[in-house]
Amino acid sequence: MRQPNTDTPPSKQAVISIRGIGKTYASGHQALKSIDLDIRPGEIFALLGPNGAGKTTLINIVCGTVTPSNGTVCVNGFDIQQDYRQARAQIGLVPQELLTGAFESVEATVRFSRGLFGKPPSPATLEKILRQLSLWDKREARVMTLSGGMKRRLLIAKALSHEPRVLFLDEPTAGVDVELRRDMWAMVRQLREQGVTIILTTHYIEEAEEMADRIGVINQGEIIVVEEKQALMNQLGKKQLVLTLVSSLTVVPSELASYPLELSADGYTLIYTFDAQKEHNQIPELLRHLAVLGIDFRDLHSRESSLEDIFVNLIATGGSL
Amino acid sequence: MNLHGIRAIYLYEMARAWRTLAQSIASPILSTSLYFVVFGAAIGSRMGAIDGISYGAFIIPGLLMLSLLSESISNASFGIYFPKFTGTIYEILSAPISALEIVLGFVGAAASKSVILGALILATARLFVDYEIAHPFWMVAFLLLTAVTFSLFGFIIGLWADDFQKLQIIPLMVIMPLTFLGGAFYSIDMLPEPWQTISLFNPVVYLISGFRWSFYGVADVNVLTSFGMVCFFLFVCLLMVAWIFRTGYRLKN
Ligand SMILES: Nc1ncnc2c1ncn2[C@@H]1O[C@H](COP(=O)(O)OP(=O)(O)OP(=O)(O)O)[C@@H](O)[C@H]1O
Ligand SMILES: [Mg+2]
Repeated sequence: MRQPNTDTPPSKQAVISIRGIGKTYASGHQALKSIDLDIRPGEIFALLGPNGAGKTTLINIVCGTVTPSNGTVCVNGFDIQQDYRQARAQIGLVPQELLTGAFESVEATVRFSRGLFGKPPSPATLEKILRQLSLWDKREARVMTLSGGMKRRLLIAKALSHEPRVLFLDEPTAGVDVELRRDMWAMVRQLREQGVTIILTTHYIEEAEEMADRIGVINQGEIIVVEEKQALMNQLGKKQLVLTLVSSLTVVPSELASYPLELSADGYTLIYTFDAQKEHNQIPELLRHLAVLGIDFRDLHSRESSLEDIFVNLIATGGSL
Repeated sequence: MNLHGIRAIYLYEMARAWRTLAQSIASPILSTSLYFVVFGAAIGSRMGAIDGISYGAFIIPGLLMLSLLSESISNASFGIYFPKFTGTIYEILSAPISALEIVLGFVGAAASKSVILGALILATARLFVDYEIAHPFWMVAFLLLTAVTFSLFGFIIGLWADDFQKLQIIPLMVIMPLTFLGGAFYSIDMLPEPWQTISLFNPVVYLISGFRWSFYGVADVNVLTSFGMVCFFLFVCLLMVAWIFRTGYRLKN
């Protein structure tokens, strides 16, 4: 696996260039060890990792709400500490928790966000964003009267209010129903088409699989993998051929011992695992062999391992492939 | 300079005052009116004039200061404490806005509210007693400086407080007693020794004395001393805010 070197200078091409970022909280807990990561312009980057891995800490450091203990971050070449104005003006953050006000109106709170980020008022932009997030009808409602899903969308509206180049979504679909999740995915894709770079964290692997261009896996404060989603799936993905048998077997016949076969508990399913990368997968031989042995099957299908399998595997092995 | 950012915070805070009109404007005016009824009309009618000023008129500057101090502190401290408490402060911390600009927005709004409140109290007082303002320029100067200084002080309390009790304790346990003993209702030279000397250690005495001088031209302490003291408090508060922000301002971890 390619591991960026801490000594490499910040990348010129990257939208966000993270070098040697470490964080030890006042409690003494080391949440991040030394993170190096480059985010490419216009991509959707999914950051995966178990609870407490350090995803939120990393995001909050880039966005300026947590001070790093070591390291540097550049946003389009602007250092987040020295040039914090230019750096932050390009970033929108949707926090993990539903941190909204209470008494102000939806409209007022989005207007506030835009002003805070140094942009002049723009009723047209405000309307566009509220419509995009299906909040236009709620614009005069008090924030505390919104449902959880609406609050989540409000936070996104606030983050988009100043038209950022980079959007951080920290678990945007936590506690969001299926339909709304689809909407959110569609919205994220739409933003990407507008040229916004998106970094999201999620616990739903299918979400990363569905959305991301690249995936980073973080565990115990260390990035263990950064890879194109497709490459990750190809590289780590195993394929399986599943055969549903006509009559059950008690054991895998000894003639087939040379194939990596598994027999299900009921004896009706044979599972053959092979490497999707290999040129020759021996399926024809296996099928011929089965025919010779008189083992009939009524159905066969192949499946790829999901990111979930890959992810569980990665965490278990600490990133070694 | 992120002027739009300052404006956003300022307007947001002013809007908060509108939403809580009863609490931010009506209640201080009501309580000041009650003071006028009790001390001005009821008790005041039995009191002789102090320094040649009728008792009802004499207490106006002190009463105004009383409200100004407590409202400046509570407005500014709550303004910054509430987003900290709810967590919405994340947005301000992630915005391209400097500590100074954040202070300008919050303290500017709190001080504006106090000044508006001061004007309303003066107008209300007019309904109860006749008074004149001998030195209008100085009156406005004291009003503005006090509003800004104590709004800053409130902002510091709001930054420092990490629970509601801490938010209340300084206004209740320190500011209230100092204001009551600061000569709002009496002239310091009416006190026997050693209280007179002890009073000179109470900073609020200087505020009220200077403010009263701007109304009636009489004072317990020299007006320049008063003015110097106000400027000194302002300076101390500025130093404290600068120090808090330099040390991560108790907001970031
Ligand atoms: N303010 C804090 N003070 C002390 N420790 C903290 C603080 N915030 C986070 N931590 C610790 O740092 C580690 C990383 O936390 P972080 O919130 O970054 O994880 P995460 O990957 O976002 O997890 P999740 O998936 O649960 O959101 C955790 O062990 C957490 O307990
Ligand atoms: Mg998190």
